[in-house]
Formats: sequence, C-alpha cells, structure tokens
Amino acid sequence: MYAVNFLLLSAALFSIGVFGVIARRNAVMVLMSIELILNSVNLNLVAFALINKDIDGHIFALFVIAVAAAEVGVGLGMVLMIYRNRRSIALDELSEMHG
Amino acid sequence: MNALLLAADVNVAQNIGFYIIAAIMLYAAFSVVSTKNVVHAALWLVVVLGGVAAQYILAAAEFVAVSQVMVYIGAVMVLFLFGIMLTRASIGADTDVNNKDWKLGIPVGLVFFGVLVYTVVDAFEGTVIVEPSAAQIASSTTLISDGYLGDYLIPLIALSFVLLAAAVGAIVLARKD
Repeated sequence: MYAVNFLLLSAALFSIGVFGVIARRNAVMVLMSIELILNSVNLNLVAFALINKDIDGHIFALFVIAVAAAEVGVGLGMVLMIYRNRRSIALDELSEMHG
Repeated sequence: MNALLLAADVNVAQNIGFYIIAAIMLYAAFSVVSTKNVVHAALWLVVVLGGVAAQYILAAAEFVAVSQVMVYIGAVMVLFLFGIMLTRASIGADTDVNNKDWKLGIPVGLVFFGVLVYTVVDAFEGTVIVEPSAAQIASSTTLISDGYLGDYLIPLIALSFVLLAAAVGAIVLARKD
C-alpha cells in the first residue's frame, strides 16, 4: 500500500467538496459539501497516523468528528431560522450585509 | 525478481479493496455535488461517509471507523434529512440548486486538486506503508484512550464545552418564541 493512495483520494474528495461549496445555492447542500471536506481531512489524519505509526492522528480525527457534529447541529439550526424568517434558504438572496 | 519483492511488500487484497471503495466514493462524491435533488444528495453523502469508514478499516483505524458510522451515518445524516424536510415543501428535482455562476467552482476545484497532487506526490512518492502488526492494531484503542486521558485531557474537556455550547446554541437558534 503506497502512502499516496490515501492522500490522493483525500485530495480528490477535498476538491470536490470545495467545488460543491462554491457551486451550490441551497444552504443544506453547502453544509453537505463541508462534510465532504471534513471527511477528506479525517482520511488524511488517519493515513498520516498509519504512515508515521503514531496514534495521535486517530485522536485528532475523533476531535474533528466531534467538532463536525457540533458544526452541523448549529449550521442546520441557523438554516432553519433563516428559512423561518425568509421562506427561502438560497444563499445568494442573503444580501442584507451587502455594502 | 524485483517484481516479486514488490509483490511481497504490497498487500494485493488491500489495494484491490482500496481502489474499489475509492471509485465508489469518488462517484458518490461527484453525485453529491451534481445531483439536482436534495434528498438524493443526502443519500449519496451516506455512500461517501460509509466509504470513508471502510477506508478507515483498511487503514487499521477501527475505533475511528466505528465512531464515523455512529456519528456521521447515525446522527449527522438524520440531522440533514430533518433539515431538508423542514426547509423544503416538495421532495423532487429542483431547478435552482446551483448558483448562477456555479462554473467558477470548476477551475477553483481543479487548481486545489492540482496543487494538492503536486505537493503530495512530491513529498510522499514511493513511500510504502509498512503494515502494522496484529498486536499494534489490537492495542490501538488502548493507545487512543491513553491519549485522551493523558496528553489530550485539556483539549478533551474543551471539546466537551464546545459540544455543550453547540447543543445550547442550536436549541436557542431553532426555538420558536
């Protein structure tokens, strides 16, 4: 097993997630793309733990999983509030702070 | 002779499993960011998250894999489906899930991918992962718990406060008053 296998897979997942964050208009779909990015980072951490024979990568990956769960909870709460106030979760319509 | 030595170094079954799961994951990830249907995107995301859990098992990280299945596939996906249900009236294809200038994402994603491939290949080309022994794999959960209750105890406590704040904040945000 080559080390680049895991790292290139995670690079591809990261790029797809970045594309999704830019391309999507629906706030829930942007949150899904952020999950793709966080998972690619986790895959990288676990791969480095395997390469370097150090368990710290697993510990950081579990930290990231916990923070991602909190982020999704707060993010979806915000999306629900925006939907209740505006009847829409299209991100390009949220332009009150536009200068 | 050289090929024989290489074959002894590389676990063929692990590689075949890796490439099959990676292909499924990449197809599902493209579907997540390209489908017009929000519910289908959530279900393709389940495939990606399950594939990541399978890759963790290939990378000898069972504890992380089980946590991934419990937290992501168990809890986060339910949150996503609830979010879709509460913010959308129709469960069908949607014509405007993308931004007007969504094509800008293609060059940005390609540039990110190019830079990452260049740096990763530059740094790790030819690095072969030495497979951990059965004893190392068996003791990994012990080492994780030692890390959490040892070196990383303060971050663990901070993380528990982050989770508490997130739970309270989500309730405050979503509450009707």
